[in-house]
Amino acid sequence: MRYAIPKTAAEAASLLMEEAARVLAGGTDLLVQMKSGVRSPEVIVDIKHLPGLRDISREGGGFRIGAAVSGAEMQEDAELVAAWPGVVEGVNLIGSTQIQGRATMAGNLCNGSPAADGVPAQIAAQAVARIAGPEGERDCPVAEIPTGPGKTSLGRGEFIASILLPARPDRSGDAYLRFIPRTEMDIAVAGAAVNLVLAEDGTVKEARVALGAVAPTAILVEEAGAALVGSKLEEPALAALVRACEAACKPIDDKRGTAEFRTHVAGVLAKRAARIAYDRAGGRA
Amino acid sequence: MKKIHVSTRVNGDEADFVCAPDETLLDALRDRLGLTGAKEGCGTGDCGACSVTLNGRLVCSCLVLAAEAEGAEIGTVEGIADGDKLHVLQQSFLDHAALQCGICTPGILVASKALLEKHPEPTDEEVRYWLAGNLCRCTGYDKIIRAVQDAAQKLRSA
Repeated sequence: MRYAIPKTAAEAASLLMEEAARVLAGGTDLLVQMKSGVRSPEVIVDIKHLPGLRDISREGGGFRIGAAVSGAEMQEDAELVAAWPGVVEGVNLIGSTQIQGRATMAGNLCNGSPAADGVPAQIAAQAVARIAGPEGERDCPVAEIPTGPGKTSLGRGEFIASILLPARPDRSGDAYLRFIPRTEMDIAVAGAAVNLVLAEDGTVKEARVALGAVAPTAILVEEAGAALVGSKLEEPALAALVRACEAACKPIDDKRGTAEFRTHVAGVLAKRAARIAYDRAGGRA
Repeated sequence: MKKIHVSTRVNGDEADFVCAPDETLLDALRDRLGLTGAKEGCGTGDCGACSVTLNGRLVCSCLVLAAEAEGAEIGTVEGIADGDKLHVLQQSFLDHAALQCGICTPGILVASKALLEKHPEPTDEEVRYWLAGNLCRCTGYDKIIRAVQDAAQKLRSA
């Protein structure tokens, strides 16, 4: 086994073309997988030293978050938290303080867990990943990255270099909630993210709703967003949101939650997250 | 496997070691540098017994490759006391009997010190959430929380 520190994206991509190569950013998934024998990489490609990978930069009114930025660093960026509180709170739910010191939003996405807490709010936010690879760079919506448990649409030699959270219009807000049987340090049984933009009179103008842990990947539920548009989160709109979320759920049954329970909780969380997002957008739910 | 030479700083002192590419920082600290304060509990980032700071950031050293320490600044429990003089937190853990077997204690001291540097006046809830990644299987947590709060108060009035 080798440990490599590429200095350019092209060098990283070329290393990642090798047999059994793995990306190392925060390492909070990779090292656990190596320990348990799930993965035995031949080459570990540490991307933390590539230019820009550890930076949160402003771009077109939005935020470009390098793939090696930790959850703790995101939490310390007050402007980022003010603009995208739901995205940051999702990422900050991953693991303990120690894990937050290392774990990254891009790594949480690439690990491909259907229950990843960092992913639904990115999908609701219309985040776009910048992917580097042997052919150079390309942009891809975060929603199209996970394709199933532990699987992504990234090609051989490709890795995520950064994720762009777009500019926020006035009167916008997002939120993420998850259910776990404990109060901290657990894997989501269900999760819901809501991202809203309000009109001047407080009516919902745009809404995107994404669910986690209720399907093989985190999913965007377009009907759930549509249920809120034109409302001020009155009861009929919230009831339609819940129905749309429940209809979109295709969860597994396991020791942590039955399919029925996950489906019900996804709707409840979506409703509560919608109220928080509405409040953050300056409406009064 | 080709060995890697690593130059780093531990508790302010220069430290050099040679490690395997898949060796963890925890193993390098314990087996190469003889710093056995950080403990291996779970080895998978769940228990926090191996907590250290890496460039000022609290991490589990079992989830860091030793090779990643090149050029970094590492803080371990061995660096908390000033020679023979215990740190306020260490004395407070003794005063409050906030330990029994002691395996989790080095990690909790490192984590608590990182907490108080960032939040000098935490609420009990903040202490509990910050330390949620440090598991103690014998003392329970109340005495630990009291020890941290007492130390916080003493540090504030120092």
